[in-house]
Amino acid sequence: MIEAGHFAAFLALAFCGFQAGFGLAGDRARSGLFASLGFAAMGFAFLTLIVAFARSDFSVQLVAANSHTLKPFVYKIAGTWGNHEGSMALWCLVGLGFGAAADWLMKSDRRAFEARALGVQGLLSLGALAYLLFASSPFTRLDPAPLQGQGLNPLLQDPALAIHPPMLYLGYVGYSFVFALAAAGLIEGRIDRQWARMARGWALAAFVPLTLGIALGSYWAYYELGWGGWWFWDPVENASLMPWLIGAALMHSLIVTEKRGSFSAWTALLAVLAFCFSMLGAFLVRSGVLTSVHSFAVDPLRGSILLFGLLAFGGFALVLFALRAPKLSGGPAWLAASREGAMMGNNLVLTVATATVMLGTLFPLIAEAAGQTISVGEPYFNLTFTPIMALALIALPVVQAWAWGKADLSSLWKWAAGFAGLVAVFWLAGIGPMDIPLLAGVGLAIGVWLLFGAGQEAWRRAKTLERLPKLPLRVWGMTLAHAGLGIFIVGAVLQTSGRTQTTLALQEGETQSIAGWQVRLDDVSSVEGPNWYAERATLTAERGGSETLLQPQKRYYPAARMPTTETAIHKTGMGDLYVALGDGRRNRAGETRWTFEVFFNPLIDFIYLGVTLIAIGAGLSMFGKRTKARPES
Amino acid sequence: MRARTKRLWGVGVAAALLIGAVALATVALRQHADLFYTPGLIAEKGLPDVGKRVRVGGWVQEGSLVYGEGADMTFLIEDASAKTVTVSYTGIVPDLFREGEGVVATGRFDEQGAFTAESILAKHDENYEPRELKKAGQATS
Repeated sequence: MIEAGHFAAFLALAFCGFQAGFGLAGDRARSGLFASLGFAAMGFAFLTLIVAFARSDFSVQLVAANSHTLKPFVYKIAGTWGNHEGSMALWCLVGLGFGAAADWLMKSDRRAFEARALGVQGLLSLGALAYLLFASSPFTRLDPAPLQGQGLNPLLQDPALAIHPPMLYLGYVGYSFVFALAAAGLIEGRIDRQWARMARGWALAAFVPLTLGIALGSYWAYYELGWGGWWFWDPVENASLMPWLIGAALMHSLIVTEKRGSFSAWTALLAVLAFCFSMLGAFLVRSGVLTSVHSFAVDPLRGSILLFGLLAFGGFALVLFALRAPKLSGGPAWLAASREGAMMGNNLVLTVATATVMLGTLFPLIAEAAGQTISVGEPYFNLTFTPIMALALIALPVVQAWAWGKADLSSLWKWAAGFAGLVAVFWLAGIGPMDIPLLAGVGLAIGVWLLFGAGQEAWRRAKTLERLPKLPLRVWGMTLAHAGLGIFIVGAVLQTSGRTQTTLALQEGETQSIAGWQVRLDDVSSVEGPNWYAERATLTAERGGSETLLQPQKRYYPAARMPTTETAIHKTGMGDLYVALGDGRRNRAGETRWTFEVFFNPLIDFIYLGVTLIAIGAGLSMFGKRTKARPES
Repeated sequence: MRARTKRLWGVGVAAALLIGAVALATVALRQHADLFYTPGLIAEKGLPDVGKRVRVGGWVQEGSLVYGEGADMTFLIEDASAKTVTVSYTGIVPDLFREGEGVVATGRFDEQGAFTAESILAKHDENYEPRELKKAGQATS
């Protein structure tokens, strides 16, 4: 069975070669046919892997190393991509899937251009497949087959992490087709309004799952790691944030290219960079060059091959860009104070912010080359990324109303007064009873400001209440996404500045008070699951007469010889009461005390609500009508 | 003139943003890049600045772990040089934190050379250890 899959993957490799060859030669029909065939072949290959995992076929090395008969069925399936080789197979499948989807969905009159895009996509898939088959094959047999598998990393036995990799890869690899479109446009020397119309849907189709994938990863880290936070500026988180930021810049600059024909070279560059950052992400995660919770497969050879791929594809695209960009035509003239100027500002901030994230993420590598071991953590990012982004977020509600070409600046002072007033309100509240630090006050003001701005812009476009529901989907998408950003900021600021953390050491029956709660440890008992056993603490948290039961666990997975933390979270209207169980400690007096980390995380759900709204907004905007084709100006 | 003014504006804003970002990043990296030490390195080069955030890595010495009355604890980090650093920490520890196992603690030194950790990183599964520990040499225990 697995041999058939292995053979199918080689077939897919060959089909990719034909897709690339015919495509680059300009044969749209044949290139598309091979794209679909390649997807079908890879789909079959991936299916054989899934079946091997589902049936716990330990004669397959990958299954033996990453699965176990006692694992719940869903996680056997998800285990297919919960490891290095399987996740690379998923990467190939998604890449070929985008090629096939492009074959079915692209119906423009520019057949040669479409062929070239399919051709470049074929090259990208070819590279990924070659890496899969020759450097990290999931199709290897094990002889003799062991009777039992070694088990999946138990941290991955979790619903959010079962769908986190596919989502993330839909985003990462989705940008490969945007890259292909940009390369094809550059080959033809035509990055124009029609090109932007075609590229926009694909860019959004990658942005939506990337957003959701990052959110899922963050949510998982929040409840599974037991550290109480939602973002740790871990290199791997940064690796996913960088393509997201470039993707956000890209979807804004695409609007300008689509509506006005301006920014063509810049848009092409962003389209190329989005996928380069996706590949950089894969390299950082898979090579283990950086210390991170994800570096489970450390293999320097694979790392260098991935780096070579990144440099080869990135270099190819950048050389192409350097050759063709000067010949691209720009759109009509515009002033700095115009919608074009506003979008340029958005793009500048997002790319500079990406650069600061990249510097912070890669600096340890640079320092290591110079012989020093250092790490860069949250304080660096708070000092660089945060103020740069704050600048753009303050400007957003003001400049999104600016007209193309030249904006009317007469109401600028009203906006400035409005924002100053908002800051003053939060600042006054801050030195008063609510006790908000000044910077957090500014942060909250920005969140509320964005929400107000999103509503105001929708109202400005609709003008009357009746017309509000009839606004185009794209406007609704923008409104939701910008409102989501505001909700996210409110949640993130409250979470960062208002979170309380207490470490408790309790004997059974003992009570302590924290953050308005009375927390009592009732008992600690042993419980067992399908492939784990655990110590489970039962705590009663009481506030204002109402009691809540909290049962955090410390699990042990014998197959993987690995413990994990299962937090207990009680949701209140104002935030989460969050408890992680530590170890039991016997002190000199012979008493055993259990340790707990207890957090109160104010309004943390706003973070996930906000990010979900951003994804929904981008999704709506993807399904919104494209601008009608008009003669190029 | 108009096109030129426009371009000047754009270049000016971009330059200001870039200069600001570079300045911020320089300051941030100077202040917030945490240096990594092993007990041997400290013995060789002396204590890092008091109050500066650093990371210390090595192995938790067998028999050195002492729990206090609450969630506080002290232990010794040692490396291949057999030098040690005394660490005190309050909080819950990672699942794989044990005597004899690798550990990287982030925190600050005081004047006496005692180290107070804010966070503790251990290896997170049986097959993976923090990369920095390669620097600390082979486990002595």
